[in-house]
Amino acid sequence: MNFGFSEEQDLLRAEVRKFLDQNAPLTRVREDVCSESGFDSALWARMAELGWVGLCVPEEHGGVGLDLETLLVVLEETGRSLFPSPLISTVLAAKAIERFGTSNQHARWLPALADGSRVGTFAFLERSDSLAPEGIETFAKPDGDEWVLSGEKLFVTDVGSANSFVVAVRTGADPEAISLVVVDGSDKGVSVERFDGMDLTKRGGRLSLRDVRVSIDCVLGETNGGWPAAEWLLDLGAALVTAEAVGAAEAALEMTTKFAKERIQFDEPIGKFQGVKHPLAEIYVDVESFRSLVYYAVWALDQDAPDARIAVSRAKAYCSDAFPAAGIMGVQLHGGVGYTWEYDIQLYLKRSKWVRPTFGDADYHYERIASLGGL
Amino acid sequence: MDFQLSEKEEVFRDEVRAFLDENLPEGALRTPELMASWTRRIREKRWVGFSWPEEVGGGGGSIMQQVILKDEMARRKAPALGSCFMGLAWVGPSIIQYGTEEQKQKYIPDILDGKYHWCTGYSEPDSGSDLASLKCRCEREGDEYVVNGQKIWTSIAMWSEMIILLVRTQSKVDVKHDGITCLLVRMDTPGIEVRPIKNMSGGAIFAEVFFDNVRVPVENRLGEEGQGWQVTISALASERSSIAEVHGLIRKIEEVKDLAQRTKRGGRKMSDDPGIRRRIAQADTKIEAMRLNGMRFLTKQLRGEPLGSETSINKLHRADLEVGLGELALEILGSAGSLMSGEEPTVDGGAWAKYSLNWPEVVIGGGTPNIQKNIIAERILGLPKD
Ligand SMILES: Cc1cc2nc3c(=O)[nH]c(=O)nc-3n(C[C@H](O)[C@H](O)[C@H](O)COP(=O)(O)OP(=O)(O)OC[C@H]3O[C@@H](n4cnc5c(N)ncnc54)[C@H](O)[C@@H]3O)c2cc1C
Repeated sequence: MNFGFSEEQDLLRAEVRKFLDQNAPLTRVREDVCSESGFDSALWARMAELGWVGLCVPEEHGGVGLDLETLLVVLEETGRSLFPSPLISTVLAAKAIERFGTSNQHARWLPALADGSRVGTFAFLERSDSLAPEGIETFAKPDGDEWVLSGEKLFVTDVGSANSFVVAVRTGADPEAISLVVVDGSDKGVSVERFDGMDLTKRGGRLSLRDVRVSIDCVLGETNGGWPAAEWLLDLGAALVTAEAVGAAEAALEMTTKFAKERIQFDEPIGKFQGVKHPLAEIYVDVESFRSLVYYAVWALDQDAPDARIAVSRAKAYCSDAFPAAGIMGVQLHGGVGYTWEYDIQLYLKRSKWVRPTFGDADYHYERIASLGGL
Repeated sequence: MDFQLSEKEEVFRDEVRAFLDENLPEGALRTPELMASWTRRIREKRWVGFSWPEEVGGGGGSIMQQVILKDEMARRKAPALGSCFMGLAWVGPSIIQYGTEEQKQKYIPDILDGKYHWCTGYSEPDSGSDLASLKCRCEREGDEYVVNGQKIWTSIAMWSEMIILLVRTQSKVDVKHDGITCLLVRMDTPGIEVRPIKNMSGGAIFAEVFFDNVRVPVENRLGEEGQGWQVTISALASERSSIAEVHGLIRKIEEVKDLAQRTKRGGRKMSDDPGIRRRIAQADTKIEAMRLNGMRFLTKQLRGEPLGSETSINKLHRADLEVGLGELALEILGSAGSLMSGEEPTVDGGAWAKYSLNWPEVVIGGGTPNIQKNIIAERILGLPKD
């Protein structure tokens, strides 16, 4: 029994933290998010060289071949520093191809996703804003050995920088007749539009598909059999986003605790007042708790454990309530400066607002817990 | 990460399972005679005081074996291992750590056999959360201590043969934690008077205990004079695993789910009510967080790292859940929720109403939520003391 990390994982954590502290302090992050791509592509390339982008891609396809549990360590750190990069999106696309694709498809796409030369993402949501299969209207029609795709995907993270889109499309009338298709950004009829979100470190937007023709060998897995795959990817996404949220919420707590020790009012550090210290203790309880939940969820995904789905829902549900509350409390406990653009605490509040709905909010996941739990 | 048991641990688990299969009758078949023989057998097995060293009569079980044993027992809804609750939880561990050879021989076997009850005399009317401010006076006269003062909230004092008592042997001290001494006192010593206090459920399980020139032999002191605070703190730290509590909560939420499924309002099952579903799922999630937090603490212990104040996390969750599950049950039951006894329309003989009044034992006893939050804020986050 060991619910902790290995020495190698601890070393990796230290290495990632050092790398990000040196290369991506929040002053840099603030500059990078204003660039066209929204992230530092040179830094992305260096991370790929260090093996962090292709961490979970099998070695024979240019990756490091490690498990999700090890990726979790990296994500806690990128979350801490609000590091803007298409890491989670690329991992999702690569995992979709690795898990549901053929060996030809592996050889075709995985190396470029592992070495960072291609950015991937998973395009699921639409106007319905629903995580159920019924919400998908974008459809694919067979035409010879091609498929013709039409429709619109919304809230696609890293839509502007991605060039490999794993798209969930409808291929039949049955509600669960869904298929996963890999669409290239350069395919004719593909266009993207970036949305103006509050968290500048997470960019999303619209993916429009107008009669996009893809060859039949771009379909991952069985035609019409893509719903379980899509569901698994949604779970993986929820787990990875929550892993980053652990790091981010922890950093927000540390930042606010430090402020509470330094800010003097009524001749005392404000951290002496219970109205300040108790909310901080509550945030600590919450962060440690969704940390435990997501550690287990990621482990369960790695193992394909039978309780992986409910484990993911518990982690994301808890996080979706607790992280935004921590962000709000963090700003409030800073007083007036917390509301300024200059102070960093607001950046964490904004991240929490992005995290909340992404891959399902608390409402969605608590309902799922109730039904998976037999109610 | 690895949640599998090692081969040796599996062997132990299988041994426990086999023993349970053979010796523990299922629920309805648990007659007093069968349970008496069960009690004898687990004692022979040294599963009572399983974590204690073998030389004092304990089982010498490793941390992991303790977890496995508790886990398997909870799965089978086995009764508690041993009947002397406070003796097993903290009096025994204190005696093992600080007691003389004679004290160990005198008290430990009786605790393991559950011969009589111990109670805990820490809190006083003016010293609750601020326990170290306690005043119960104690002066030495030759080979005896003379105790004068009062304790309060002493659970099961009226049924106990012994009390573990904190008294003040020195009043002029720079730090209030110094000058406190721990005594082991027979409850039938002349000068002790117990007055039960009725609680809001209507029963009386705790009491006031008055001490009027109570003479205690010096050999009944546990640890050195002035060492009482350390004796107490280390004893409370010795029983930290929350595994058993989590199993209790898991059982409770299963009962709440069942209640929601068999309760209807306006023709609709309460388990279909979105608000109720969400609250059940929230409680479920918090219980799982507790279980997993406990596993992370356990991992620390197994790695030989000291367990610090982080256990307050689960105390806070538990406090929340004990209140929350009771409230949830009463809300599911609606108008019948507050009925305490009888048949229809009372549900389950009023068990839920009673349950909903039980939380103070967990929430107030052993350090209130405010105190747990202070502990986290000060000892973990490093914020200034208030
Ligand atoms: C069912 C039950 C069984 C018990 N059994 C025993 C027993 O067997 N032996 C024994 O010795 N004791 C026992 N206790 C006593 C228990 O340990 C005390 O009740 C507890 O420590 C709180 O002390 P108090 O009641 O004096 O409340 P107080 O300390 O007066 O607290 C009153 C309120 O003030 C708050 N408060 C106090 N100090 C602070 C602070 N610094 N910051 C913020 N808020 C604060 C508390 O959180 C609480 O809400 C039992 C209590 C209960 C309810």
